[in-house]
Amino acid sequence: MQQYIARRLLFGLLTAILVSLMVFALMRIAPGDVAQMIALDASGGEASSITEETLQQIRESLGLDDALHIQYIKWVRDFATGNWGESFFTGRSVFSEFKTKFPVTLELVILSQILAVLLGIPAGIIMALKQDSRLDYIVRILSLAGLSVPSFWSATLLLVGGAYFLGWNPRLGYVSFFDNPIENLGQFIWPALMLGYISAATKARMMRSTMLEVLRQDYIRTAHAKGLAAFVVTARHALKNAFIPVVTVIGITTALALGGSVVMERIFTLPGIGNYILDGMLRRDFPVVQSLVLVLATSVIMVNLLVDLSYGWLDPRVRFQ
Amino acid sequence: MTIEQSDRVSSVRSQPGQAVWKAATGFITRKPLGAAGVVIIFTMIIMAVATPLITSHDPVEWNLTDKLEAPSLTHWLGTDEMGRDLWSRILMGARVSLLIGFASVAFGSTFGGVLGIASGWYGGKFDQVVQRIMDALMSIPGIILALAITASLGQSLFNIILAVGIVQIPRANRVVRSQVLAVKESQYVEGARAIGASNLRIMTSHITPQCVAPWLIIATSALGIAILTEAQLSFLGLGVQQPEPSWGGMLSGSARDYFVLAPWMAIWPGVGLSLAVYGFNLFGDAVRDVLDPRLRGT
Repeated sequence: MQQYIARRLLFGLLTAILVSLMVFALMRIAPGDVAQMIALDASGGEASSITEETLQQIRESLGLDDALHIQYIKWVRDFATGNWGESFFTGRSVFSEFKTKFPVTLELVILSQILAVLLGIPAGIIMALKQDSRLDYIVRILSLAGLSVPSFWSATLLLVGGAYFLGWNPRLGYVSFFDNPIENLGQFIWPALMLGYISAATKARMMRSTMLEVLRQDYIRTAHAKGLAAFVVTARHALKNAFIPVVTVIGITTALALGGSVVMERIFTLPGIGNYILDGMLRRDFPVVQSLVLVLATSVIMVNLLVDLSYGWLDPRVRFQ
Repeated sequence: MTIEQSDRVSSVRSQPGQAVWKAATGFITRKPLGAAGVVIIFTMIIMAVATPLITSHDPVEWNLTDKLEAPSLTHWLGTDEMGRDLWSRILMGARVSLLIGFASVAFGSTFGGVLGIASGWYGGKFDQVVQRIMDALMSIPGIILALAITASLGQSLFNIILAVGIVQIPRANRVVRSQVLAVKESQYVEGARAIGASNLRIMTSHITPQCVAPWLIIATSALGIAILTEAQLSFLGLGVQQPEPSWGGMLSGSARDYFVLAPWMAIWPGVGLSLAVYGFNLFGDAVRDVLDPRLRGT
């Protein structure tokens, strides 16, 4: 088991390094001169007033005139020590911005995943137990709709519709959970629900198919044959094994929710990582984008690592391999 | 075999059209939801191709005298704040969505699949390198990877297809690779090797046919995801650029600002998008049920 953990950790580190290389390369092959854009931004859009000297100055101050491999090594070294550079445009430290914005995204993702489990798992079990009944069809159509209706559309309709018909005031200022938990949850519940619905749909469909597979196994028939109550068979014998594949998709749905948080934070104007990274992308603010993409990828890698380890713990067949 | 049965077999053989028809009706009765998906997709493709025939309004040109009009006989779905006809913009949006959807799957899932065959077959160091790259690609949330690509390379149609396609590579790669690993050990592959078939020959004529079914399952399910990804990119301002109509782009900004005056602006693009993705998902589910015998009947 220890060897297994060590191996997984090593792979995780390797993956993170590959991600850093990819992101770095992606930011460098971008056409157009960043120094030019910054100078243009500073001079208020007057292209004629920019001299070659100012451009050179900007490049030097940002380290853009170093050789590529030196830029990369510098970046990775600084990244590991928490020095993630400053935004090209606002000049603020990326790391300190990250520290204030990360709790917002974390709360959104965690809340959405809790909702997804609460909605998705029971829905999947119901569908499997009542296979081909009317209930099964209704829940199936609802869950497929969760995968088809774009969340940014339903969220937009919810927001503008709520403001129009129910007189909601879109709360523009973000309220911390520790200052006012009720108002904070009122702010987060809708984006979390929109985000969670997609994950719930994925989980429900997965749960349904694995549950159906498990219900056909011999040991389930044995459990029924020895006279156990139907509930006990489902809860103690079937669920345990049906859960295993569902746990493995948690890594995938977390990645999905992290991506989806970009859209939700945009629509609900939440000051989280998603909004920050999108602003960075729209302005080609490379220090912001490359550090944050790497952080998000690292969190996905870590979640996957935890999933892998829990998989070994849940399923003895994996543990002894 | 009785004489009657052999008669029937030969009559089917003599009329191939009839067999196709039989297969089609069989699909409709066994997979009604899948058939509904096919109908939705075909209707959209036909409408997208025939756009100039079914609308006379220009989707891009401003016509401020007609702005924010409610749905009517001249403007079936109403107009937007620039007086542009929404019906023709929706149709043009369908073109963009379908084009990017099909093209990105053709690129991403195919590339991922071919890479999966090669890395599964050769194994060893090559496989290790490819799989770690796939790990890395998968650890970046798909929409963020696509956003980063278009933000960096620019928002041309080609770059959007590239961005949406790259996101699909790892999944196709993993699924095809695991199929290759299973097929690799089979006796007929061993046989092919024994009679001296080259690597290329074994991969193309013995391994690939076995990978088509799982690949199709992945590719059809990727279509809906691809269309959604493109819409999100355009919605966030890093996809298809205004004034070029796209469903995602039509839902951002002005659709929200004018919701009270013209709610249709925020409704139709979303309806089009949901219908398209729903159609592809229904079709993808049916394809999976038919092609994956383990899931048949579930």
